[in-house]
Amino acid sequence: MHSEPLNDRNVSEHSAYYYVDIEEYPTTGWDKFKQVVKRTFRGELFVGLWVVMREMIKFDIHTVKYPLEKLPIGPRYRAVHKLLRLWESGYERCIGCGLCEKICISDCIRMDTKIDENSRKEVTEYSINLGRCIFCGYCAEVCPELAIVHGQRYENGSEQRAHFVIKDDMLTPLDFLTSGQQAEYPGFGAITPNESVTKTPLAY
Amino acid sequence: MDMAFIIETIVKIVVILLVFSALAGLGTYFERKVLAFMQRRLGPMHVGPFGLLQVAADGIKLFTKEDIIPQNVVKPIFKIAPVITAATAFMAAAAIPFWPQFTVFGYTVHPIVADVNIGILYVLGVMAIGLYGPLLGGMASANKFSLISAARSAAVFISYEVISGLSLLAPLMLVGSLSLIDINNYQAGGIGNWIVWSQPVAFILFWIAAFAETGRTPFHLVANDHEIIDGFGTEYSGMRWGLFFIGEYANMFFISFVIAIIFLGGFGDGSIAGAFQLLLKVAFFFFFFLWTRAAWPDVRPDQLMWLCWKVLMPIAVINVVITGLVMMF
Ligand code: SF4
Ligand code: SF4
Repeated sequence: MHSEPLNDRNVSEHSAYYYVDIEEYPTTGWDKFKQVVKRTFRGELFVGLWVVMREMIKFDIHTVKYPLEKLPIGPRYRAVHKLLRLWESGYERCIGCGLCEKICISDCIRMDTKIDENSRKEVTEYSINLGRCIFCGYCAEVCPELAIVHGQRYENGSEQRAHFVIKDDMLTPLDFLTSGQQAEYPGFGAITPNESVTKTPLAY
Repeated sequence: MDMAFIIETIVKIVVILLVFSALAGLGTYFERKVLAFMQRRLGPMHVGPFGLLQVAADGIKLFTKEDIIPQNVVKPIFKIAPVITAATAFMAAAAIPFWPQFTVFGYTVHPIVADVNIGILYVLGVMAIGLYGPLLGGMASANKFSLISAARSAAVFISYEVISGLSLLAPLMLVGSLSLIDINNYQAGGIGNWIVWSQPVAFILFWIAAFAETGRTPFHLVANDHEIIDGFGTEYSGMRWGLFFIGEYANMFFISFVIAIIFLGGFGDGSIAGAFQLLLKVAFFFFFFLWTRAAWPDVRPDQLMWLCWKVLMPIAVINVVITGLVMMF
């Protein structure tokens, strides 16, 4: 349905809005009586009975037995974050630019960087305070290197929320990378797995 | 009184208690399953095959939970109220014939604890006493929701009791006896003799009153979860709450028996087929209690009183008068 008729909020024949037809409330006793009789013999109660009975006979059960069955989730589902590595070299993608830390509206990313012996900026500490993160996805959106992304891991159990989001937990382990298990999400702005990140991934 | 009679009666009482306590548990299972299927869910699935052992799990939970007596309640009344509900529900069963008489090893068993000649009066009276459970429990709870529920139970009680009494009057005039066995035998001739054909209005009215009596969904306003939490049961925990629960479900079974016996021919001529027909009828009425819960909304207390006093009671009275006129001429 097009949204144009809905934009005009005035009730007219051009807009999609109309007044619901509500019967006049009965005032006299006789009218009230007639209403009762009408409602009594209209059999709407039996319509209700039939509807639920029909559903029972159809037996079209919609329950997802959750731990045994799972619903598919979107490719860009925003669960606990991951830090990715470069495919060709295995280096961390994060260049320590600090944009994610800056944009985070909950102010929950903390990172520490230093210049290593190759004059490359190295991220020594990176953590997300999950007690405050609202999973808005801005950090993943802003990252110029596609380094921080949201994972698909929504089943998290631990004694401490912090256990998921210190750097060692988020970073793709090297053996995962070599066996090709580092997931890239598909769609706009994504890179093809097993190809190097040659240019800024986001298309702006 | 001879010893055999006493022993036989005690055995019957124990059997009825055990069977209907178990049925009350199973009733909750069927209720959950039927409601779930009607709402496209699966219901209990994980405890035992198809969730059948859920009943046992719930029983263990209820029995082992701490029995909390809150600080400001009126303790003796608070403690006795659930017992009233459960006890009266089972006391009402004493005058209900659950099965035609049968013979084992040359000994004739009457599956009714006491065939009193005022059977239906006794059943309705004792069931009515059961309303003291919610009433007293709610008033003793020192909780405003319980208090509202107690007030509602009193209001509902005086409303539906009139209907159930007056609507039964007409069939009882036809039969000329208050004993449920006599009522059953009056209809022994087969489907054509069922009182529901000669008294359809009384049947519908009594059925409606049964919903108010057991507090089931269109009239589930004494313990309406979405308005007054659990009503009179809010402050109860553990097995005391469980007694209310057992009382409610046992009541549903017993009232189903009563409707089936009075209006739908009961166990008919007393053959085995008739007995199983009685069970089928009872199962249908029990199922209907669950069915309406899935389908129908609740009415407000004032709507229920309006319905009972201004609509159903005049109809019941007119029904009695017409029945009397027809019988006279
Ligand atoms: S998802 Fe949002 S709140 Fe969470 S770390 Fe990223 S920017 Fe901050
Ligand atoms: S925005 Fe990306 S590259 Fe920059 S610090 Fe954050 S994760 Fe590293």
